[in-house]
Amino acid sequence: MVTPVVNAEKLNNFSKVCEILERFDRQPSKIIPILQAVQEEYRYLPEEIMTFVATSLGISPARVFGVATFYSHFSLEPKGKNIIKVCDGTACHVKGSSGLIDVIRRELKLTEKEPTTEDLLFTLETVSCLGACGLAPAVVINEKVFGQVSKKQMKDLIDEYRTKED
Amino acid sequence: MSQKGIISVNGTKVPLDGEKNLLQVVRKAGIQMPTFCYHSELSVYGACRLCIVDIEGKGIDTSCSTPPRDGMVIKTHTPKLRKMRKTLIELLLANHDNSCTTCDKSSACKLKDLASDLGVTNIPFKKTRESRKPDILSPSLVRYPDKCVLCGDCVRYCHEIQGVGAIDFAYRGEDVVVTPAFNKSLAHVDCINCGQCAAVCPTGAIIPRSEVARVWEALGDESKTVVAQIAPAVRSSIGEMFGIPESSVTVGKIMNALKVIGFKEVYDTSFGADMTVLEETNEFLQRRKRGDERTMFTSCCPGWVKYAEQFHPELNDQLSTCMSPQGMVGSLGKKLISQTEGKLEKDVIMVSIMPCTAKKFEKERPELSHDGTPIVDFVLTTQELGKMIKEAGVVFEEISPASADLPFGLYSTAGLGFGATQGVAEAVARYAARTMNGKELSDFEPVEVENNPQWKEVIINEGALDLKMAVVAGTKNAETLIGKIQSGEVSYDIVEVMACPGGCIAGGGQPVSYDSAIIEKRKAALKNAGKINPIHAPEENPYVQKIIEKMLGGKVGGHEAHDLLHTTYQSRKRIDFDSMSLADAGREAPVEVNVCVGTSCFLRGSQEILASMGDKIEQEHWSGRINLKATFCSESCSHGPTVTVGDRKMFKADMGMVVEEVEKQLGSIPAGAEK
Repeated sequence: MVTPVVNAEKLNNFSKVCEILERFDRQPSKIIPILQAVQEEYRYLPEEIMTFVATSLGISPARVFGVATFYSHFSLEPKGKNIIKVCDGTACHVKGSSGLIDVIRRELKLTEKEPTTEDLLFTLETVSCLGACGLAPAVVINEKVFGQVSKKQMKDLIDEYRTKED
Repeated sequence: MSQKGIISVNGTKVPLDGEKNLLQVVRKAGIQMPTFCYHSELSVYGACRLCIVDIEGKGIDTSCSTPPRDGMVIKTHTPKLRKMRKTLIELLLANHDNSCTTCDKSSACKLKDLASDLGVTNIPFKKTRESRKPDILSPSLVRYPDKCVLCGDCVRYCHEIQGVGAIDFAYRGEDVVVTPAFNKSLAHVDCINCGQCAAVCPTGAIIPRSEVARVWEALGDESKTVVAQIAPAVRSSIGEMFGIPESSVTVGKIMNALKVIGFKEVYDTSFGADMTVLEETNEFLQRRKRGDERTMFTSCCPGWVKYAEQFHPELNDQLSTCMSPQGMVGSLGKKLISQTEGKLEKDVIMVSIMPCTAKKFEKERPELSHDGTPIVDFVLTTQELGKMIKEAGVVFEEISPASADLPFGLYSTAGLGFGATQGVAEAVARYAARTMNGKELSDFEPVEVENNPQWKEVIINEGALDLKMAVVAGTKNAETLIGKIQSGEVSYDIVEVMACPGGCIAGGGQPVSYDSAIIEKRKAALKNAGKINPIHAPEENPYVQKIIEKMLGGKVGGHEAHDLLHTTYQSRKRIDFDSMSLADAGREAPVEVNVCVGTSCFLRGSQEILASMGDKIEQEHWSGRINLKATFCSESCSHGPTVTVGDRKMFKADMGMVVEEVEKQLGSIPAGAEK
């Protein structure tokens, strides 16, 4: 017999989506902030939620899909719990950001096409410039900024965040 | 817009007369201006850039998106403009799947024509896009993204005229593609299969799905009796494929061509239309007799029927239960032929020739079958028929006419009228008048509502007949009309809906035409085809009467007619999804509770039901015995919240009702019985 589950997290997330729609008065013109808020809850945009949002706003699911795929900010794949953003702008690139990217990919077994770990704990993103060139190479993990990161420090940081999750 | 004045086009003075844009002025001046993305009935998009003109003092701009002003001086074909247009085509061709010789659209491809007209002789640019897979799952349409020029005509048609929005642009920059939501197939989204996307597509990026090969195969199979039926609208347009005027096409030529191709019997779907008039009128009168005062919607158009099932399942029992004429001829034909030939129904192959891509979807409906055997096996569009005639080596221009086979080959002018909008409504109104008043209706002249030529109404008040009808085409117009009926603003007894503006003559399976007057021409051709017919009224059709005697127990609306000629409808989701499971007891759970969380159900409190059900499952220790799911819109919006418990569907549900039903259903299954 399968263990019965009331999926509390799903139910909770779902009521948040309803709150978000309320907050923006179900206005079709607010589709972008709505999707942003939904992505905050789910860390990506699940298909069924986009369909729900579309029918709630009275626009077609194809149009919502169009908006979601236009902006690189939106992700249609689940993202990891921890987002590692490595700046690969000119200054950071010169100061060795690609070495950091290699370290992260090796440590977390990631590739360019698969930027999220299987356990959904980490996602690697590269950004074009964080505007922190003085700190090059710069890395942001979740909301925290790390400057002048060496390969060794990068590995330590990954270990540190991994330990937190255990 | 009543802009007056004069514009100089290539030195010729052109007076303005309310033209909305420069392109119209240029075309009025008799100048050929190529366009991909301009359609007068759609919004101006300005994407293809082919209609560029040089405006004195302003420079080069697209004429479609520039409003005309008095005194403008424009040039349309300067060396620079010609070079730019040529480059645009070269760039489009760089990433185009240039398999023109094997492309179904080859004979009507605007891109191919323009490349030739503008003198493009080589493609100097390299292919930069990865090839994308075609979408072949829909029964009605096939999409080849590699042939798309991103003009957006299909997107705007689907959105602006049909109000469906099944396809849209996705991704960005070089990756842009026209696609259904989530890169799904058209078969799995809210596409109503009307095929107007294919009709406006300038290339072969969206085309009707061809069944020609399978029909040839069936024709070659000696164990099968292969018969055909041909829809009214096909005769109005087939001549376009052979470059002969419609006035010289008689249905007899088509019938003879079909015989040469190898069909054993050839029938006319107009016979089914005659049958529909009798059944549908009777159905309407029965509804009124029962005290059902609600609007009845026609059900001949499968695009509209799918639209209604998806977006308005609350109207399911207001759709006429009559099968479409294709269904009626299929149903009666298969039964009769299998009896006379002593064959099983599966060995009688019914091929419909239709102006319509949605009919291809309709034939796959499980409701249109006799014990699992489809009543229509294949649907060919007018385009496909034209191709088969050519492939068979028939010289269509010269072939002599032959008559259709009986009993399903004889029809009335009223039945033939089903091929254009208003035909169904008029036939029903006239038959009702004859039945109730014993005399012909004095006139039937629907008038436009809100200046919309695709929405007309007519009020009939003659003798015992008191009837208010609306005739609407284009599902977006239908949507507006439904909204007004539901809000009580308007009321009608019968509403005829056709998904394609103009009706079947403008169907998505008709030959591709870039002639803006084509619908009027086909309408005239259809009318012309009716003139030679001596039978005007469906009930005067002697073979309709014979079939009623022989197959329908001698009466319209009887038990046999119900079995053979009527159908049912289903609620459909817009997008194929699994619902979101919130409490999962596994496959064996005795009771499944689905709560619709679509917009209007949500507004009516479905979320509270969902949350309370979650609590209730824990309190009552129902876990393991209930699957609780949030479904994304069961589209029964005006009756929300919609909850299904087991197989019982509840509208306007509240927590009390749901719990009561769950307890009832759980009660009939003792705890632990599932183990």
